Amino acid sequence: MEYANVIKPKDKVFDLRLKEIWSYRDLLVLFVRRDFVSVYKQTILGPAWFFIQPLFTTFIYTFIFGNIADLPADGIPHSLFYLAGITAWNYFATSLTTISDTFVSNSSLFGKVYFPRAVTPLSIVFSNLIQFGLQLLLFLLIYVYYVIIGVPVSISPTLALFPLLVIMMALLSLGLGMTISSMTTKYRDLKFLIKFGIQLAMYGSSVIYPLSEIPEQYKIWVMINPMVGIIETFKYMFFSVGTFSWGLLFYSLVFSVLIFVIGLAIFNKTEKNFMDTV
Amino acid sequence: MKPIIKIENVSKQYRLGTIGTGTLSHDLNRWWSKMRGKGDPILKIGEINDRANKGNSEYVWALRNINFEVMPGEVVGIIGKNGAGKSTLLKILSKVTGPTTGSIQYDGRIGSLLEVGTGFHPELTGRENIFLNGAILGMSKSEIRSKLDEIVDFSGCERYIDTPVKRYSSGMKVRLGFAVAAHLEPEILVVDEVLAVGDAEFQKKAIGKMQDVSRNDGRTVLFVSHSMGAIQSLCSRSVILDAGGVKFDGDVKEGIEIYLNDGNKGLNGSDLSTYTDRKGHLKGKLIDLSVGYEYQNKVVLDSKKIPIGSNLIIRSKIDNISAEVRKFDFSIIITDRYGVRVTCVSNEFTKKELILEKGVNEFEYKVFNLSLLPDIYYFRIWMKDQYGVMDVIDDVMEIEVVESNILGSTALPNSKLHGYVLFQQEQNKIS
Repeated sequence: MEYANVIKPKDKVFDLRLKEIWSYRDLLVLFVRRDFVSVYKQTILGPAWFFIQPLFTTFIYTFIFGNIADLPADGIPHSLFYLAGITAWNYFATSLTTISDTFVSNSSLFGKVYFPRAVTPLSIVFSNLIQFGLQLLLFLLIYVYYVIIGVPVSISPTLALFPLLVIMMALLSLGLGMTISSMTTKYRDLKFLIKFGIQLAMYGSSVIYPLSEIPEQYKIWVMINPMVGIIETFKYMFFSVGTFSWGLLFYSLVFSVLIFVIGLAIFNKTEKNFMDTV
Repeated sequence: MKPIIKIENVSKQYRLGTIGTGTLSHDLNRWWSKMRGKGDPILKIGEINDRANKGNSEYVWALRNINFEVMPGEVVGIIGKNGAGKSTLLKILSKVTGPTTGSIQYDGRIGSLLEVGTGFHPELTGRENIFLNGAILGMSKSEIRSKLDEIVDFSGCERYIDTPVKRYSSGMKVRLGFAVAAHLEPEILVVDEVLAVGDAEFQKKAIGKMQDVSRNDGRTVLFVSHSMGAIQSLCSRSVILDAGGVKFDGDVKEGIEIYLNDGNKGLNGSDLSTYTDRKGHLKGKLIDLSVGYEYQNKVVLDSKKIPIGSNLIIRSKIDNISAEVRKFDFSIIITDRYGVRVTCVSNEFTKKELILEKGVNEFEYKVFNLSLLPDIYYFRIWMKDQYGVMDVIDDVMEIEVVESNILGSTALPNSKLHGYVLFQQEQNKIS
């Protein structure tokens, strides 16, 4: 007798279950909507908080790294340079932090009803897109301001790669986040690492300095970080100065896709029994 | 006919204690053993799950080699004491957790009502939550939209539907959650104790819906409950789980009897002649107890459902073991499901002389105009003669007082909110 569905102790080692996830796309949309509607409920400033955080961070960075430390910025005004880096980095970092906590923070929901758990991290990437869009708007406003006052910045044709950059950041945060989330269901040690790890990683991701300023012998070590290629390209799009290399971008792309596939497979494997150990 | 669910050798092992540095060595050990192709060592150990006894192993089997099949359209009641493995089984069925060994094969969708209102977000309105909750349970947006009116109507929360759910009472949340879940249309429905919450009117609605689902739509239901009343009225078959294994699988009445005889909760008068958990000198023994009622000039014997306002009839058979003719006193203490004494029926109150003669004696006791609010009640019998306490049995029977139109309306109070008793009453405007 053949049955349509089987519940077994173990599934195939490598199963992305994309079809099942697709059938829950309505849930994905509703999760995104829920996150967006509920985040700033009962706050006075509401979505304005999306702007306040990058503005203040930029202000502090400009003061410390620009004015006191006098780090170079490829000839771009410091505040604009930092804001560009922060905008891109924020999207990656907030997605990664939230996703890496998926199993633990959703355990009460996951403990009651089944749906492909991967819907949750996917929804986080999409909800954060809204925040990213708003912060990008802020960046563009300030960009336009600098153009008006006559600062020589110009948009590069590589801007066409913008959607690809977003997809890469999403895949990268998903892959890393889902891997970490799966690894923290039993042992929470990694959770502590991720907290300051993300902060440290920002300093290794050319957010507050241009890659061109790194001494040649260290460059390769910085370029191992897949976010470097993404952030450098992001800045190059808007400023037409700095480093742009197809090779570096391609490396980031391959890295992102690989880590996403691996992360999803580990995540799918973990979701089956994580309730017993979480 | 092909079964719709086939459960084969399903076992589930849990690890007790906390997870910390100590467990790492266990994990490494298991991993190393698996790598060498020796199989997982901990699957060979583990003990039967028994909460009360302290075992030696850190690993316990919450379920061990469960096997049964369910036919399409069957309504199966799963009964068992706390910790018997009922919830674990449902969790595996609803894919919240996986089995350790074994497999479950099934056709169609399994929808679970493990806990209603799952995933409600307090900031979202009732309407938004219907969509969210529906999607979490596996419905598509268009499916929910087409049933939205029905769901709102069923929940009875129309006025609040555009208000954030955090302003809802807990009862309203349950109603809304159940309304969504009830309109999910899986081929297999898994229900756990949802009927324990909500008010009486809503419980009736919920039971009605479940009957609808199983009888009219011919869908398969697995129902877990502690309420034998609900199991008996809904299910055609029962599976008793005990310490992680299937203890009984068959007719629902038989199953309930076995279950109730096994524990000490509500013996329901069956086979009292061989029952041993008694106190007293036992020179006379209660060997049979039955209840019935008289309502609007109609007598119904042998029914455990007693309409409120009827005359309760209790019949007992007492075996006079010592064969000595003597006076004795017979009391029935009525308790609620938590063991709180509600009232007492006794010939000590009426000063009626009851005489035991040789052999088996039958007695009938009547309570007029039973004014207990609808709920489950238990009987404790207590007998005494000139030698002292003769025979005492706790929870010898479970009865259910049900609604009737005693006050000329069916809007009766709910025993959870309104206490234990109901009086005839009227309200008038006097000026």
